[in-house]
Amino acid sequence: MAAFISQELYLSYVIEMVGIRKEFPGIVANDDITLQVREGEIHAILGENGAGKSTLMSILFGLYHADRGVIKVRGKEVHIKSPNDAFSLGIGMVHQHFQLVHNFTVAENIILGKEGGFVYDVRKASEKIREISERYGLSIEPDMNIEDITVGMQQRVEILKMLYRDADILIFDEPTAVLTPQEIEELMDIMRNLAAEGKSIILITHKLDEIKAVADRCTIIRRGKLVGVVDVASTTASDMAAMMVGRPVSFHTEKAPSVPGEKILEIRNLSVMNSRHVPGVKDFSLTVHGGEIVGIAGVDGNGQSELIEAITGLRPVASGTILFRGTDMTSMSVRKRNELGLGHIPEDRQKRGLILGAALTSNMVIKEFYKEGFSHHGILDYPAIRDYTDAIISEFDVRSGEGADSLAGKLSGGNQQKAIIGREITSDPELLIAVQPTRGLDVGAIEFIHRQLVQERDKGKAVLLVSFELDEIFNLSDRIAVISGGRLIDIVNTDETDSHAVGLMMAGIKAEGRSV
Amino acid sequence: MRKNLRTLEARKASPFLVSISAVFLGIIAGSVFILLIGKNPFVGFEKILFGALSSSRRIGNTLGMSTQLVLIGLSVAFAFKTGLFNIGASGQMLMGGITGSIVAYYLPMDMPRVLYLPILVITAGLAGALWGFISGFLKAKFNVHEVVSTIMLNWIAYWIVYDFIPRFIIDPTISVKSKPIPLEHTLRAEWLRSLTGFSTLNYGFFLAVIMTVVVWFILTKTTLGFSLKAVGSNRFCAEYAGIKVSSSIMISMAVAGALSGLAGATYYCGYSEIMEMGKMPNEGFDGIAVALLGNCSPVGVFFAAVFFGILKMGKGSLAATGIPTEIADTIIATVIYFTATNVILANFWNERFRKSFSRKEEAVLAAMKANGDTRSPGELSQDEFRKLSREGRKEVK
Repeated sequence: MAAFISQELYLSYVIEMVGIRKEFPGIVANDDITLQVREGEIHAILGENGAGKSTLMSILFGLYHADRGVIKVRGKEVHIKSPNDAFSLGIGMVHQHFQLVHNFTVAENIILGKEGGFVYDVRKASEKIREISERYGLSIEPDMNIEDITVGMQQRVEILKMLYRDADILIFDEPTAVLTPQEIEELMDIMRNLAAEGKSIILITHKLDEIKAVADRCTIIRRGKLVGVVDVASTTASDMAAMMVGRPVSFHTEKAPSVPGEKILEIRNLSVMNSRHVPGVKDFSLTVHGGEIVGIAGVDGNGQSELIEAITGLRPVASGTILFRGTDMTSMSVRKRNELGLGHIPEDRQKRGLILGAALTSNMVIKEFYKEGFSHHGILDYPAIRDYTDAIISEFDVRSGEGADSLAGKLSGGNQQKAIIGREITSDPELLIAVQPTRGLDVGAIEFIHRQLVQERDKGKAVLLVSFELDEIFNLSDRIAVISGGRLIDIVNTDETDSHAVGLMMAGIKAEGRSV
Repeated sequence: MRKNLRTLEARKASPFLVSISAVFLGIIAGSVFILLIGKNPFVGFEKILFGALSSSRRIGNTLGMSTQLVLIGLSVAFAFKTGLFNIGASGQMLMGGITGSIVAYYLPMDMPRVLYLPILVITAGLAGALWGFISGFLKAKFNVHEVVSTIMLNWIAYWIVYDFIPRFIIDPTISVKSKPIPLEHTLRAEWLRSLTGFSTLNYGFFLAVIMTVVVWFILTKTTLGFSLKAVGSNRFCAEYAGIKVSSSIMISMAVAGALSGLAGATYYCGYSEIMEMGKMPNEGFDGIAVALLGNCSPVGVFFAAVFFGILKMGKGSLAATGIPTEIADTIIATVIYFTATNVILANFWNERFRKSFSRKEEAVLAAMKANGDTRSPGELSQDEFRKLSREGRKEVK
């Protein structure tokens, strides 16, 4: 009898979206897509940026209405008109950008909108939160302020918010984009716990290793169309990648051995204060030659940002020197450094890299608009700027609705990044600093960007790469410098080490018998 | 194909449409108020227009009144484009005014006007620029918010004027205001006065027109405007790109201050010829509304200022009809409210455009079906789209 019931449950779909079609002017975002999620499974939706994953989930969550198709929840046909309808059906969504009030406590955030009456009882709520937190291993402290907890914990608060509202179908929208490797591990454990407790999970992502790690089944969509549904355990990552992109994808960037040339960047005993006025980088020395890619490996928040900001001139240096081809640039202005030949693909493309409210034309010359060629005697030369922008757009395949006139904010993340990389590479720098250059991007874009970086190296340029993803470091770097607690732990040749050794160094443990 | 995508989309509400809607709603609100006190709104608005525009003298006065509003509006808008909120236009205006008045008082009367007028205008502009620069400097070096510093500098300017009038330019007969500047030392011109029946219109109006063009030119055509706008829209990106954020802030506040300083010259040495002790000019705050309604674009600011000028000049004529003159101020206030909530207006129009577009789209699809056209609607050109939507409308019916 018990077996019979479980079989019955297994066969029933908790969510069924059949033949969903959604058209936007000029684009069919979802073309006859069917998604079937079983109760208690982790179901991944895999697709490149713009493939239609978000549209599909927005339809399920009541933000859009499908032009055609049927949605069934627990076997019953439903019409979800708003997120409130979705909530009452037990569907909760953990958004990519958290929706939390920063100076409220965890408990206050969770009961926000669910206070129940004029007077609310935080203590009672806190108890319930503790109970849920323990049950799913979320380790959340209800009385902490949101601004005092880590990003990973903020995300767990979002998850708990859904559980507090008794959601049993949880949608995770690109949940790992903002997390460190450890936090990703923790999140994976939590997702497994949730599934084990009978929650059904839909995971939207384009990261294959995450799917391999947690998902049971995976629905793959490409350009608005369903490509297939696969059983994750019996499908290889590269097969899934090929289905997603529509052609075989290589995870490994082909590159010849490096031919290091002259010293381009030389950092000597550099110390930098962080925003809290304590040393973020301590006595750091590193040399980068032309024709090589040096990767800086480390867990997020170990001094990488401070180091890069010091090199690029965005943060003052406490002590030590930075030489660029022998010239001391320790206290040079940002513009002087750029003119010397420094290119910088910043960590936060939307905050630093682009002016989202300005057209691509302005963004492409943001560093060089004052130079002869883009302006004469202080008057901008718009035709020249437009030609330059058009050239970058076509060479780097930046896709946008209105070409050079498109606002940077209207581009997808991948295209924004391509535009930045196009700008930095086109200005032909001697030293290219790339910080998290592929963060949040899909496989196709990652491949493209990696190829560009290797090409720069092959042209004899120096490339300094900072990434929190060890795969990326290993894939691209000729040498790896490991940073931990603001100190350089060691510099190793990529082909003489492995991820285990580097992982230990990232935790601050130096391998035996090596010198810095 | 890509080009088509751009045209085959629902229209978006332009800033111009939003501002016009705000003005329209302000007038509607004014009409309701007039109706509530049992008067005829048409008579009221006729009187306002009559008071502002019915004769060359009235038009002259309206433009004379608008002059300051244009310059202050430009000042606020310029700072705003750099991400700064210049609330200190009043103080900058006072500094420009007192400097101009002292120059007018002490420069010899036999100095040729071609020499004298530029000196007056430039010194007043410099005084305003200094006042704006102080706020910019405090912001750039010590991170003092410009709203706080400009408000405080307003009062410093107020007391400086309070001290300087009796010290340098007092009118001995009435000891609370400055000695009237002789006509030849104001910005007024004989030919303008005779043309407009001795109105307040003066050379300042041409200055305002010129500055509108200059500000437009700086913001859209020059590298200076480019870097200032970059700092205003994303200072982190500007910093990253090597644009000096702190000097941009100082330059921007100095330029904004200079524009307000010029307004001081046109107001105290043109529109009027005296300065009173203990009076903070309201124009500094009206200028914020002007900049808002003009969407911070120089041309928009110009017309918004003239619009406010009409209401301010025209309201005097309301009294005859028994409608309180405060109605005009109410309209201005309502217009400001609607401009400040421009998102609501923009959403209203966007929703309209979207609906009308999807109706058209439906019609196009129907027409294409009837014609047996198998192309996707995205491939159509704009003309085809328009033609088919007309055909399809009958089809849908």
